[in-house]
Amino acid sequence: MSWLDIGALEEIPQRGARVVKTVHGCVAVFRTGDDQVFAIDDRCPHKGGPLSEGIVHGNAVTCPLHNWVFSLETGLAQGADEGAVNTYPARVEGGRILLEAARLIRGAAA
Amino acid sequence: MKQKLVIIGAGMASGRALEHILAQDPDGWDITLFNAEPRGNYNRIMLSPVLSGEKTYAEIVTHDDDFYAQHNITCRFGESVVRIDRENKIVHSNAGDAAYDKLLIATGSAPFIIPVPGHDLPGVVSYRDLDDTNAMIAASDKPGRSAVVIGGGLLGLEAAAGLRLRGMDVTVIHLMGHLMERQLDPAAGYLLQKDLEARGIRVHCKGATKAILGKDRVEAVLLEDGTTYPADLVCMAVGIRPETRIATDAALEVARGVVVNDQMVTSDPDILAVGECVEHDSQLFGLVAPLYDQAKVVAASLLGQDAAFQPVQTATKLKVTGVDLFSAGDFADGPGREDIVFRDPARGVYKRLVIENDRLIGAVMYGDTADGSWFFGLIKDGTDIAPMRDTLIFGPAYQGGTSADPLAAVAALPPEAEICGCNGICKGTIVAAIEGGASTLADIKAQTKASASCGTCTGLVEQVLASTLGDDFQMPAAQPVCGCTDLTHEDVRRLIKARELKSMPAVMQELGWKTSCGCHVCRPALNFYLLADWPLDYTDDAQSRFVNERNHANIQKDGTYSVVPRMWGGMTNPRELRAIADAAEKYDVPAVKVTGGQRVDLLGVKKEDLPHIWADLNAAGLVSGHAYSKGLRTVKTCVGTDFCRFGTQDSTGLGIKLEQRLWGSWTPHKVKLAVSGCPRNCAEATCKDVGIVCVDSGYEIGVGGAAGMDLKEVERLAKVASEEEAIDLTVAFVQLYREHAKYLDRPYKWLAKVGLDWVRAQVVEDLENRAALIARFDLSQSVYQRDPWAERATPQAQAGFAALADLTREAAE
Repeated sequence: MSWLDIGALEEIPQRGARVVKTVHGCVAVFRTGDDQVFAIDDRCPHKGGPLSEGIVHGNAVTCPLHNWVFSLETGLAQGADEGAVNTYPARVEGGRILLEAARLIRGAAA
Repeated sequence: MKQKLVIIGAGMASGRALEHILAQDPDGWDITLFNAEPRGNYNRIMLSPVLSGEKTYAEIVTHDDDFYAQHNITCRFGESVVRIDRENKIVHSNAGDAAYDKLLIATGSAPFIIPVPGHDLPGVVSYRDLDDTNAMIAASDKPGRSAVVIGGGLLGLEAAAGLRLRGMDVTVIHLMGHLMERQLDPAAGYLLQKDLEARGIRVHCKGATKAILGKDRVEAVLLEDGTTYPADLVCMAVGIRPETRIATDAALEVARGVVVNDQMVTSDPDILAVGECVEHDSQLFGLVAPLYDQAKVVAASLLGQDAAFQPVQTATKLKVTGVDLFSAGDFADGPGREDIVFRDPARGVYKRLVIENDRLIGAVMYGDTADGSWFFGLIKDGTDIAPMRDTLIFGPAYQGGTSADPLAAVAALPPEAEICGCNGICKGTIVAAIEGGASTLADIKAQTKASASCGTCTGLVEQVLASTLGDDFQMPAAQPVCGCTDLTHEDVRRLIKARELKSMPAVMQELGWKTSCGCHVCRPALNFYLLADWPLDYTDDAQSRFVNERNHANIQKDGTYSVVPRMWGGMTNPRELRAIADAAEKYDVPAVKVTGGQRVDLLGVKKEDLPHIWADLNAAGLVSGHAYSKGLRTVKTCVGTDFCRFGTQDSTGLGIKLEQRLWGSWTPHKVKLAVSGCPRNCAEATCKDVGIVCVDSGYEIGVGGAAGMDLKEVERLAKVASEEEAIDLTVAFVQLYREHAKYLDRPYKWLAKVGLDWVRAQVVEDLENRAALIARFDLSQSVYQRDPWAERATPQAQAGFAALADLTREAAE
């Protein structure tokens, strides 16, 4: 796996998110209250809401548009809603956030 | 012939290794022991009791001069090793050298010093060895001295507690949101903070040190937020890093620590390493248990025996007398992990177990840690806990208890216990009414007035009904805030005030939240309740706000935002309009619309452009219109006496004054006002949250109107003669609403629950209370009346609105 340094952990507030622009669209990178990081598509399958703007609780995020809740680990919608978003490997090393780069920088054709 | 063993560093790990070697092969080695400190091995973990005065240095020495003499160990204490000559197998110190067959590096760790200005002033110490400890003891020898400890981890808190026991005025500065965040979750961190504060230790979380101030020695510590704490002593306890310099210079493999294999051998087969300086399997070690395991392995390797180091789970306890705290394993939220949480607020007890696949993997406990080792055993052994899951959290002694009756507490209340504070109704009165035939909440309200006013005691009244009537009473399902609690909004608001809960962890702990950090439903509500009730104590939490309030703009369905500048009372001028037009063109705003509240809305602004368009509008004197907030939105006006031939008062002027007084305030839901200059009511004031209609003889103030999902005309609160009184009543009404309403109830919904009579009594009739409400509103405004646009004009804030990284270009390469 090739890991790509996309920024410092401090650049994302705890229980918050920032987006990374990729050729496939924006990926939301989350930092939880206990400093884990997760990367998922920044697009709710329901109506396209930006998940990066949702409220983060535990290891889940609530979409800001219509309150769908997604697991940051599995990308699956929780509760009664059905749907899923892509997840991407992410980790923190030495205070830096690393994303698994291959899927993110490769063009759609690759 | 004896082999020559040289050991660099006389610490706890090498000391333990020495004991193993001497026990098994007392005559096999010619041992030389270097130590940079001018003394031998002592129990470093016990420095905290030495600092606090509970022990003396002599009591914590583990190997004294006799021990070294008896085993013929050549002690070279106070000598720093400066170089390892691997080719000739010689160690050079600042005072001489020593040849080795085998070398053991045990250099331990060095404190991490934050390189802020002033970090090298006299009076700044770290907390690693006896010299640091003695420096701290010396600093505390005069009464009235102040100490600042930077770092709220294990070491920092032990230092703080010790210094406090020595009589110093102690402040702990911690960068993170709660103490010991690596070992504790926020709830346990909150309890710990409360305990420390009760001991007179000031705790400042989320505090970033900017500089250490002083001329010839330290005088104070300055934080990024501008707070200054006086300090005669500053103890930096922000962390440690492995001391690897000589290993690096000798070209051994070093990552974060000196890299060793399972046998504790470095990349040179004749050099071994042990203790805090090593890195094994990408892991560093700071607690004593794994270091002792390493010592056993390193001794075996030197003696030619087979042994392999395998790190095991470790548990943490804080060595502050009287603080019971325990954490072990992994307690982060994770996939497939479940929490069992037990809280006993009255006793200050908190226990949280983290379970994965029917195995206990983590435990955090505060206040009652008696079962810590039992849980730790379950973690280490990977015991299947499924059969005892129901009673697991009660510990080994309670495998099979019965659940408590939730009504028991109410049933146990004496008859004179007050249930309804507004009307002074005690339990006995309610019980008498029930015995007289009352059987529903409405009956009780009608007969006793209990819960007929503010309504926050409704739950209690129902419980009295249930405990008195038994099965005859059908308890209405009280709507809890969310799945994280069984309490209603009203209960939570009442308890936040009554028990002076001033932080999110305080609320969640004291009120028994069932989740570790709430959810998207309760967090915004709690954030509002806390900032409304404790404006000076509570810090607004942006991450607990809905996107619109976090980004200070309304999110649109395509993820863009709308920007609405404030126009006081709906008034504007050519200069402002020109600035708005320029901004709309500059940022390619796709739509410009006039809103129902007499404002101009720029729709479709990209998030990364927000701080820039705000800065441009700010430059023209425009501030945020808060069109996105649960707060004061707009005050709509007609032109009043200035231009209108029917106008009876200066409605525009009053509208501007109201808006300037109220803007920036947060409320349970949005609040819209209007002022009409005559009963023709061109500003449509009679369907607003507060609507004022001017008449010849004064001002008619209506409240609780709505023109949304429900259409409602205002009810008249009062008619007053002066503009000043109209403003006073409006402010007092808004503050009463802020203090009592349920989050996301517009004023008309709240009024339906509490009744206009009660509000009128508070705001109109009770002049003292009116003044107090106004004073509390103004106090809150001193904190919250800030333009969010101006506050986000810094390059740092602007960067926060942009993407963290852009990988689209990398793809093109």
